[in-house]
Amino acid sequence: MNEDKKVILSAKDVEVKFRVREKYITAIRRVSLDLYEGETFAIVGESGSGKSVFTKTFTGMLESNGTISNGSIIFHDKDLVALKTEKDWEGIRGAKIATVFQDPMTSLNPIRTIGSQITEVIEKHQGINAEDAKKQAIDLMSRVGIPNAADRFDEYPFQYSGGMRQRIVIAIALSCHPEILICDEPTTALDVTIQAQIIQLIKDLQKELGFTTVYITHDLGVVAKVADRVGVMYGGQIIEYGNVDEIFYDPRHPYTWALLSSLPQLGVKGEDLFFITGTPPSLYNRIEGDSFAPRNPNALKIDFLKEPPFFRVTDTHYAKTWLLDPRAPKLEKPEVIRNLHEKIEEMTGKGGAFYVDEL
Amino acid sequence: MSTNSEREVLVSVRHVDVSFDVGGKKKFVAVKDANFDIYKGETFAIVGESGSGKTTIGRAIIRINPCSAGEILFKGQRISGKISHKEDMDVIRNIQMIFQDPAASLNERATIEYCISEGLLNFHLYKDEADRIAKVDKALEDVGLLPEHKSRYPHEFSGGQRQRVGIARAMIMEPELIIADEPISALDVSIRAQVLNLMNKLKKEKNLTYLFIAHDLSVVRFIADRIAVIHLGRIVEIADSETLFQYPVHPYTVSLLSAVPMPDPIIEKNRTSIEYSADEKYEGQQEPVMREIRPGHFVFANDEEIVKYEERIKMLENLRK
Repeated sequence: MNEDKKVILSAKDVEVKFRVREKYITAIRRVSLDLYEGETFAIVGESGSGKSVFTKTFTGMLESNGTISNGSIIFHDKDLVALKTEKDWEGIRGAKIATVFQDPMTSLNPIRTIGSQITEVIEKHQGINAEDAKKQAIDLMSRVGIPNAADRFDEYPFQYSGGMRQRIVIAIALSCHPEILICDEPTTALDVTIQAQIIQLIKDLQKELGFTTVYITHDLGVVAKVADRVGVMYGGQIIEYGNVDEIFYDPRHPYTWALLSSLPQLGVKGEDLFFITGTPPSLYNRIEGDSFAPRNPNALKIDFLKEPPFFRVTDTHYAKTWLLDPRAPKLEKPEVIRNLHEKIEEMTGKGGAFYVDEL
Repeated sequence: MSTNSEREVLVSVRHVDVSFDVGGKKKFVAVKDANFDIYKGETFAIVGESGSGKTTIGRAIIRINPCSAGEILFKGQRISGKISHKEDMDVIRNIQMIFQDPAASLNERATIEYCISEGLLNFHLYKDEADRIAKVDKALEDVGLLPEHKSRYPHEFSGGQRQRVGIARAMIMEPELIIADEPISALDVSIRAQVLNLMNKLKKEKNLTYLFIAHDLSVVRFIADRIAVIHLGRIVEIADSETLFQYPVHPYTVSLLSAVPMPDPIIEKNRTSIEYSADEKYEGQQEPVMREIRPGHFVFANDEEIVKYEERIKMLENLRK
C-alpha cells in the first residue's frame, strides 16, 4: 500500500546514548522508521520511552551529553547523523524540519513581541527585508487563526492565551515551509476544547501545505484523531507499528494491548481498571530479550532470552513480539479491547459525539 | 437519583460566590452562585477548563479562598466565613487534599516518613513514637507501598509512587472528605489506572467521599457518581455521570463532550467537535437559573432555553430506548 508513496526520511538502526554521571544510558535502542511524504505518523508511548529523544535526532537537538552512537537518518540523500556543527544544521533544522513543542510559554520569548519573533525567522531563512517579512508574518498569523492579526502583531506573549500562543508557535514553525513538522505533545498543556481546535488547525494546514507530520503524544484519543500510521514505543524501541486502524483494532504486541486496556474510557464502573504492573526497564542496563517481558504476565520463556525481531502482520503492520512466531502459543488480545469500536460507539453514540449528532 | 433526599449530605455548598481583588476596586468573580450538595460516600466531580473556577470551589471548601457570598456547610455545620479556631482545625483534619503534581506537592528535602506523618505531628494524633510509626506503616500499606520506603526521599520514587505518597499523607488523617485536584493529570496512562483503582479501593474500604476536580471528562465518567460541569465560574449542568453522558443538555456540556478525543480511529476521523461560545449563553433576555429538568439532573437555563433542552432530552430518551 505504501509502495506508491515516497519516503521522505529514513531512520535506520538509530541508537542514542546519554552520558549521565560516568555511566551511559541507552535511550534509543536501534530504531528504524520510514516516514512517507504527506502522512501523519504518531509516536505513542509513556514518559521515558524515548519518543521525544528519537525525534530530536531528526533536528540535531539532543542535549549536549547525548550522542547518536549508531545508525543513519537519511533525509534528501543526506545522512543527518553526520551533521555536527550548528552550521551543518542550518538549512535543515527549522527550515526543512521544524518542531512544535509542548509548552508555548517556554518556546516563546516573553520579553519580545509576537511579531518580531515570527519575522526574525522569516528574515533569517528567506533573506527578505523587514517589510515583506512583516506582511508574511501577519498573513501567517491570520492563517493560524489569530483574529485582527495586524493589531496583535506588536503584542507580547503574555497578552495571548495558551491556545493563541500555541498557534503562534505553529506559525513560526511553518514560516519556512518545512517539509516535516514534528509536533511534540503540542496540545498536552491545553484545554480539551482548545486542543480540538489546534489539532484541527494542524490538520488543515497540512492539507493545504502538504507537509509530513510526526506527532508525539501519550494520548491515544489524539492518536486516533490525527494519525495515518502509528508507532508504539517502549523502552527505547518502536515495538509495533502499522496503520492507525491496525494498531487500535488489531494490535499484536502485549504492550500495545496493555496500553489500550488501561484506558479509563474503557473502564467499567465498580470494577478495577486494567493496569500494567512493575516499572519500565532501566535503560542503564543492557536489556536482554523482550524489554516488556518482566511486566508481561503472559511472557514466554524466550522473551527473557532473546530479543524478538519484527514479525510481519500485514504489509503495513509489524510487531516485535515472539507471539507472532509460528511456534508461539496462540494468545488472544484481552477481552476489554476486543470489539473496541463497538464498545466505544455504544458509549458515545454513533459518530462519537455522545448522541449529539442525531439532533 | 430520586433517593437523594434520603442520603446523608456531607458538604453543602449554598449559593457560593468567590471573588478576587484585581487591582483597585475591581473584583473578579471566579465562582458564581455555586450551589450543590455532596453526599456521603459518593465521588462528586467538577469538570471544566482551566480558569473555569473548578479548583477555586475546592479551595473554598477547605477555607483557602474565602466565600464572598453564600455559605458552605460540612455535616450541617457552617465552615465558611468566621469560625472558631477549633472548628477550623476540625475542617483541616476532616477534609484533606490530593494535588495534581506529586513532585511539587511533596517536600523534596523531607523523608517519606516525615511527609506522611506531617499531619499527625501537627495535630498530635498519635500516642507515642511507636504509634506514629505504626500509623505511617499502615498508610503506606494502604496505598500499596512498603514500610522500607519510609526513609527515602520523594525524588527516589516514580510519578505513580509519589502520587501514592500524596494519597497516603491525606489518608493518614482519616478524613471524611478528600478533595482530589486533578490527581492523575500529570501521570502516564498505565499509572493513571493504578491511582484510580487505588482511590476506588480506599473509598470502598473507608467509606470516603471524594470531590474530584478534573478537566478530562472521559476519566471522570469512570470514577464519578455525579458530575458538575462548570464554565466561566458558573455550574451549567449537574447530573449523575451516566445521565450526563447519555443525556447532555447544556450546549457547553455538549461541546466539552464532543472535544474529548476517544481512542477509536473510526469515530475520531469522522467527528467534528462542536464549538461553544459564551455569547450564545442567554437566549432571550431572561436571566437563567439552575433548574431540575429530570430528577437529579440540573441545568442552568431560562424559560426559553429550558423548552429547547426539554425537546433535546426527549429526543435523546427516544433514541436511547
